[in-house]
Amino acid sequence: MCGIVGLFLKQESLEPSLGEWLEPMLVAMADRGPDSAGFAIYHDPAPDGALKLTLYHPETGFDWETIAEGLGTAFAGRVDLHVRVTHAVIVVNASEADARAWLRRHHPDVRITSVGAAIEIYKEKGLPDDVADSYAIRQMTGSHALAHTRMATESAVTTEHSHPFSTGRDLCLVHNGSLSNHNRLRSELERHGMTFQTDNDSEVAAGYLTHRMAEGASLEEALESSLDDLDGFFTFAIGTRDGFAVLRDGIACKPAVLAETDQWVAMASEYRSIAHLPGAAGARIWEPAPATVYAWSRN
Amino acid sequence: MITVDLNRVDIRELNQRLHDLNGDDGRAPWRIVGPDGRHSIAVGLNAPLTVVVEGHVGYYCAGMNQHADVTVNGHAGPGLAENMMSGTVRVTGNASQGAGASAHGGLLVIEGDASSRCGISLKGGDIVVGGSVGHMSAFMAQAGRLVVCGDAGAGLGDSIYEAELYVAGSVGGLGADCVEKDMTDDHRRRLAELLCRAGIDADAGSFRRYGSARTLYNFHVDHAGAY
Repeated sequence: MCGIVGLFLKQESLEPSLGEWLEPMLVAMADRGPDSAGFAIYHDPAPDGALKLTLYHPETGFDWETIAEGLGTAFAGRVDLHVRVTHAVIVVNASEADARAWLRRHHPDVRITSVGAAIEIYKEKGLPDDVADSYAIRQMTGSHALAHTRMATESAVTTEHSHPFSTGRDLCLVHNGSLSNHNRLRSELERHGMTFQTDNDSEVAAGYLTHRMAEGASLEEALESSLDDLDGFFTFAIGTRDGFAVLRDGIACKPAVLAETDQWVAMASEYRSIAHLPGAAGARIWEPAPATVYAWSRN
Repeated sequence: MITVDLNRVDIRELNQRLHDLNGDDGRAPWRIVGPDGRHSIAVGLNAPLTVVVEGHVGYYCAGMNQHADVTVNGHAGPGLAENMMSGTVRVTGNASQGAGASAHGGLLVIEGDASSRCGISLKGGDIVVGGSVGHMSAFMAQAGRLVVCGDAGAGLGDSIYEAELYVAGSVGGLGADCVEKDMTDDHRRRLAELLCRAGIDADAGSFRRYGSARTLYNFHVDHAGAY
């Protein structure tokens, strides 16, 4: 069992409230997933040509300044650094390939949790309430966010095994369920040159979507084909640059609720996460149908 | 009227207060506000109480109900009125998966839509859905009636025993051993009575009836060689 929540704001004027609205959504799902929590938040896009990276190192107080300085020296231009607990967001004027290669060579112990223009991914082992507090989610702003509370069924309880998983630039995945063909699928994807950081089934689902989109599929097409290629139970929420998408497998035993008002779209494993959003009482509320892609974006 | 605000009173306390009336003859109606999707509201009642919940409820609302009349003015999460024995449960909105699962008796009315597996393993009693039901509804149903005024999803009545299924709209597909059956005047009359009791405005003449072909649940002597 896990908990998933997503919140997409339809109006720019609401962006200062994103964290304040998201935090109780995440905490309400704590008893569906007390092992760890994570969230992806989309805000403050990097300027054109620049890249926003979220980096993770297990050591609190890790020397992120040295990494920022190193990146600044290697790639001309200003480097922005924001540290949150064990994560750091760095905006750098480099291509993704160059930034990855530099980090791999100089700081192989640092893990990249997200890459893109607006996305930031934070995740941590521990009670979701504590994670929400330590990362001060309430103070965060942005256009949309996804979050996950994990009760592990498939693999170890570590920060690395926690969700969201990056599925490409400005893309991420959170998953409630379990996949039964992830070992075979992981091997197939590795033959295509993909690498995985854990033995987690959801990371394979993220890798699968990344691979399909690298082959030229749209997000919707990649999700449609996942219905044939992924064996198991899933409710997915997928964060995109401009919005989010939701998909449940054909059996649809993993719960999901969608709610929409003029101001926002919210998804959650349970209505408890949505009940306290402003305007929830008058929202259109429904259960997403099995094997059906739902997607929202501002564009 | 006794009003309980679930933002002030927790579910265990509410349910205990309702259980303290078990075996009693009811009296004052109960009004529950602030459900906000909480689980297990009004579970295990065993008295002719009237309970109205104002808002959306989470999992397992009104489970194991006996004698009580529970109304939810909102939507219901998974497992609504599971294992109901008697009484009435009504939801004015939609219900999530597994509504009325394994109910032995009583009446469950969902004025909106019900999701997948509605009436799974139904053992008696009646379920009336004003809208549509999702896939695998009435799976392994053994007795009782499921009435769907809208459409039914795929796999309706899969591995059904003896329940009666009535659908006014389309059926996305019948499950194993579920077949369409004749609709006699007697069926129409009993269905009209049930719709009236459920307070659902639908023409009993517009329904088609489905049930068990009875080829799965008995040992078939022709298959003896397989054992």
